[in-house]
Amino acid sequence: MELITPNIGLIFWQLVIFLIVLFLLAKFAWKPILGSLKEREDSIENALRMADQAKLEMQQLKAGNEKLIAEARMERDKMMQEASQMANQLIEQAKNKATEEGSRMIMQAREAIQNEKHAALTEVKNTAAKLSIDIAERILRRELADSGSQQQLVDSYLKDVKLN
Amino acid sequence: MKRLLIALFCILSLPVFANEPVATQAEATDKEAFSPSEMILHHIGDSHEWHFATLGDEEHGTHFTIPLPVIAYQPTKGLSVFSSSNLAHGEAYNGLKLEHEHLVAEDGSKVYDFSITKNVASLLLSAVILLLVFTAVARGYRKNHGKAPKGVQSFFEPIITFIRDEVAKKSIGPKYERYMPYLLTIFFFIWFNNLLGLMPGAANLTGNIAVTMTLALMTLVITLASSNKNYWAHIFATPGVPKPLLLIMIPVELIGVVVKPFSLMIRLFANITAGHIVVLSFISLIFIFQSIYISPVTLAFGLFINVLELLVAILQAYIFTLLTAMYIGGAVEDHHDADFQMGGGDGAEPAHAH
Repeated sequence: MELITPNIGLIFWQLVIFLIVLFLLAKFAWKPILGSLKEREDSIENALRMADQAKLEMQQLKAGNEKLIAEARMERDKMMQEASQMANQLIEQAKNKATEEGSRMIMQAREAIQNEKHAALTEVKNTAAKLSIDIAERILRRELADSGSQQQLVDSYLKDVKLN
Repeated sequence: MKRLLIALFCILSLPVFANEPVATQAEATDKEAFSPSEMILHHIGDSHEWHFATLGDEEHGTHFTIPLPVIAYQPTKGLSVFSSSNLAHGEAYNGLKLEHEHLVAEDGSKVYDFSITKNVASLLLSAVILLLVFTAVARGYRKNHGKAPKGVQSFFEPIITFIRDEVAKKSIGPKYERYMPYLLTIFFFIWFNNLLGLMPGAANLTGNIAVTMTLALMTLVITLASSNKNYWAHIFATPGVPKPLLLIMIPVELIGVVVKPFSLMIRLFANITAGHIVVLSFISLIFIFQSIYISPVTLAFGLFINVLELLVAILQAYIFTLLTAMYIGGAVEDHHDADFQMGGGDGAEPAHAH
């Protein structure tokens, strides 16, 4: 009977001490512990979700990259084509221009040669005329010392002029 | 129930009683016979002093004892506080004396005993241990913030999460958070005190009916305080029960409300006390047979029971916590299956019978 008769003193102390322990533990132990556990679980869940999201983003990024690379390759091909086309065009143009320039220069040269020739001919003519005149003058000066030969010469000249 | 318990104790201490006559015959020449039942009851009971050991005989030997404060309230004299060493060996002090560890007044008047007995001292010790351990755990969380748990923190974390996830969340449901401090405190309080009770020379706190009664009453108060209208509707208008039967059902359900915490009280008390009795019985065998050759058997069985008690210590703490959570869960549950899947029809199908 002794064993199953609750003692009022022990009930009192048990109640008081248990409630104090409950209050203190709830405030200083369970609250921070459960809070930290919850926080940690939340952060783990967050991290997992973020990892999933990152994976997805990564995949999207990869797909985007591949598209970009393909586009870039296409662009490059196009550019290369255009460039070679342009180069060909340029070469053609240059060739044409060079030919044109060449022929123009040849023409100019020809013209200049012609001009020079004319000038030279004129000079030769003039010099020849002057020489002739000089020679004629000297001859005449000697020949025409007498008036009979002078007359004779004039006559022959006049005859020539008529012929001209 | 009390008779049942006495029967239980009788059965548990049967080997002790069976051997008693033999022992007394063998000790007939000794001046004082060894009484196992007295020794066991002394060990599992409360005391006004904390007695560890005695070297030599009762009267002349050295006692290793801590005297504890006696706090007595008498309606006629008021409060008196003094050391229990004043009451040693049946001496009277301040008009009070100890009679079989009971504080009584010499003039026979009523005494309310609020002494710091061995159990209360053990209770205080366990309170200090609980506070030290779990503030250390909480400190660990602050120190290792955002890092993996370390040391004592990592030892208790799985237990705390187990109580939260397997006990509270499953039994109470979404409102579990409010009850977590109580459930955790009650679990660790019972576990720690069960373990402390297994220490040599320690008090048998959780095997004391006053302690288990207080714990069970707190569970009852919390259950009733958090009960909603579904809980009471289930008691006073049990769904699916015909009106006339309610006359029987209402008292049965009301008894059920009280029986639940009562079973908590008896279960913890009986389990822990029985464990102590069995261990002590095995140890008593040495003194009963007065033979050293029985000691290997005693040691083996005593050790086995002691290790079993380590398991029982956490198991009983878990059961008490789980049942508390389930009672609270039943009180805060929002929805009740009106017919418990027993077919909610109005029974208007007798045509098939013909």
